[in-house]
Amino acid sequence: MDNIKQEIPSVPITDSVTPTYPDFPLIQIRPTKGWVSLKLNELWKYRELLYFFTWRDLKIRYKQTVLGASWAIIQPFLTMVVFSLFFGRLAKIPSEGVPYPLFSYAALVPWTFFANGVLQGANVLVNNSDMIRKIYFPRLTMPIATVFAGLVDFVLAFIVLLGMILVYHILPAANYDASITLNVLWLPMFLLLALVTTLGVTFWLSAMNAQFRDVRYVVPFLVQVWLFLTPIAYPSSLVDMPWRVLYWLNPMTGVVEGFRWALLGTDTAPGPMIIISTVTAVIFLITGAFYFRKMERVLADVI
Amino acid sequence: MGQTAIRIEKLSKEYHIGGPQKTYDRLGSQVVDTLAAPFRKAGKLMRGQAGGASEQDVAIWALKDISFEIKHGEVIGIIGRNGAGKSTLLKILSRITEPTEGYVDVYGRIGSLLEVGTGFHPELTGRENIYMNGAILGMTRKEIDRKFDEIVAFSEVGKFIDTVVKHYSSGMYVRLAFGVAAHLDPEILLVDEVLAVGDVAFQKKCLGKMGDVAKAGRTVLFVSHNMAVIQTLCSRGICLRSGGVVADGPITEVVQEYLRDLEQVKTENVAGRKDRKGWGKVKLIDLDVSDGGERPTTLLRTGGPARFTFDVSGVLANLSLGFTILDDLGQPLALFKSDVPGPEDSQHSDGRVQFICDIDELMLVPGRYRLDVFIRGGGERQDLLEAATFFDVEVGQLRGRQITAPENQRISTVMPHRWQSPQS
Repeated sequence: MDNIKQEIPSVPITDSVTPTYPDFPLIQIRPTKGWVSLKLNELWKYRELLYFFTWRDLKIRYKQTVLGASWAIIQPFLTMVVFSLFFGRLAKIPSEGVPYPLFSYAALVPWTFFANGVLQGANVLVNNSDMIRKIYFPRLTMPIATVFAGLVDFVLAFIVLLGMILVYHILPAANYDASITLNVLWLPMFLLLALVTTLGVTFWLSAMNAQFRDVRYVVPFLVQVWLFLTPIAYPSSLVDMPWRVLYWLNPMTGVVEGFRWALLGTDTAPGPMIIISTVTAVIFLITGAFYFRKMERVLADVI
Repeated sequence: MGQTAIRIEKLSKEYHIGGPQKTYDRLGSQVVDTLAAPFRKAGKLMRGQAGGASEQDVAIWALKDISFEIKHGEVIGIIGRNGAGKSTLLKILSRITEPTEGYVDVYGRIGSLLEVGTGFHPELTGRENIYMNGAILGMTRKEIDRKFDEIVAFSEVGKFIDTVVKHYSSGMYVRLAFGVAAHLDPEILLVDEVLAVGDVAFQKKCLGKMGDVAKAGRTVLFVSHNMAVIQTLCSRGICLRSGGVVADGPITEVVQEYLRDLEQVKTENVAGRKDRKGWGKVKLIDLDVSDGGERPTTLLRTGGPARFTFDVSGVLANLSLGFTILDDLGQPLALFKSDVPGPEDSQHSDGRVQFICDIDELMLVPGRYRLDVFIRGGGERQDLLEAATFFDVEVGQLRGRQITAPENQRISTVMPHRWQSPQS
């Protein structure tokens, strides 16, 4: 014990404005001037809270629902059924040589992760305004936790995707030969891209929503439009060249095409276009985080 | 003791009226502007003043150039009228909102009882909520593990600890919430009149807990309007008025200063007072006290009649008025509410926008009293005016018995009664 005590360095009292005391941590409260900092170290300090928020989200997500966590599967699966009927059967939209249900479901799995993350994340500050007005903690933990909790849903839906691949492989009528290749190893990268995109968009929307409640009404519409701007119901090959570059500005295009390429072996290997998607996603994330932090300064006053 | 716990230097906080501190805005045409400077713009397109007449947004300094230092181990009462800046100060200290100018250095962890029960989720069990709430308040899981039994014992929820809290009674809910907050063991504790919640036994327990915290050498900042409680708990007081410090010193002197401050408002016109809370659709604009006679007076008599007449600015669905009589130290004594019906209540037939409350026998001992008035309407609190007026009660007879002011005792009320005594 004595040794430990001696090792605590004595603090030289200088004529600086703020002497530090070794036994109490110093918290400085200052008005923010100029650029905000992301305070990632503080976010790290509160990682346990991030864990608790995620845990709480999972715990209450399907409380008082009859079907519980199976909603994580039903959502993308039913959408797939509808898409297969209308786009696959009726409109006969091509599907890159893969059975249409598989083609659309492989895209709907990451899409649902994105869409639910954005839809729920956008409201997370408003829904917890009580807490925000009364307790200090890094607010970024809230949207992050919501998006992270969505990963569990993603895993459930993903297992069904693997099952579907297997079923179509066995089913002779489907005439589909699943050949899982080493491409699969890229899958985590595409999931990461989806995660970065979701976080970036959620940061923007949740912070804006705190001040402008219009956002609450805009988000479902935005997600709907975004769904059709992403090659989910149709292959991206339907989009012609001059538009294509613009098209890949949508990071979800990169995610969806990547998922299909890695799992279904479609001819959508991520070329240079994926760089555009990635850059956009990272820009979303960084600007979103800064905007959020800037908003955070006045959050308790405006929410 | 001796070391600085909190140093506040030239601290100021500016709010934009009708601006950022109110709820939400419309996106509309300001979207581009807003992305560039969302915060300054916000004040300009408020719901309330949407007519475009709000070009100049009014800035209000909730705090202006506040400086003081608090040492570790001090128990400090922060007092002041509504709108004096007490809550803003606590909000800045607990880092919920940022100061506009100046700075604060805090040595040690700050816990606040502003936050009792926030972060509680009705769908989680008591146990889960303890962990959740503890994490939000900045406790590590190990700390919560260590305190868990203590929290459960303190909150008296017992076997319901694994029940979902939405099935809790409100008392259990509050006790559990307070239990977590009280066991945070911060070096510095901020308390904002939460003691008003819960039953009396629980309140005592909370005060006890606060006393423990203070005795353990912790620093406590206590905001209350109850001068009696503040005087027993605190050694030093800081009195705020309109965002500035008007008194800082031994608690008894500061309380005196505050009471003088309160009395001063009496000379102000009720309608002109700004230190109100509530939505403000209906406000108290005039208030008269009389002893049943024609002329208003501020002098009443023990056992005699009293009439309180309240003029309000308008009518609203479910409009009701209530008032509290408090003694000179801010201890509430009696509550009167117009929305609790009685058989002799009546309504004006001549369209007067006025509440009149008649008391037949004033059961107050001689002394000085104050009135806090609140108005509810449309399901919301519309107005709350503390120290709306003062009145004095002089020696009188209650049902033929002479009542005088008790000596050396803090007694305020008296009841009609009779004795049977042995012959002398």
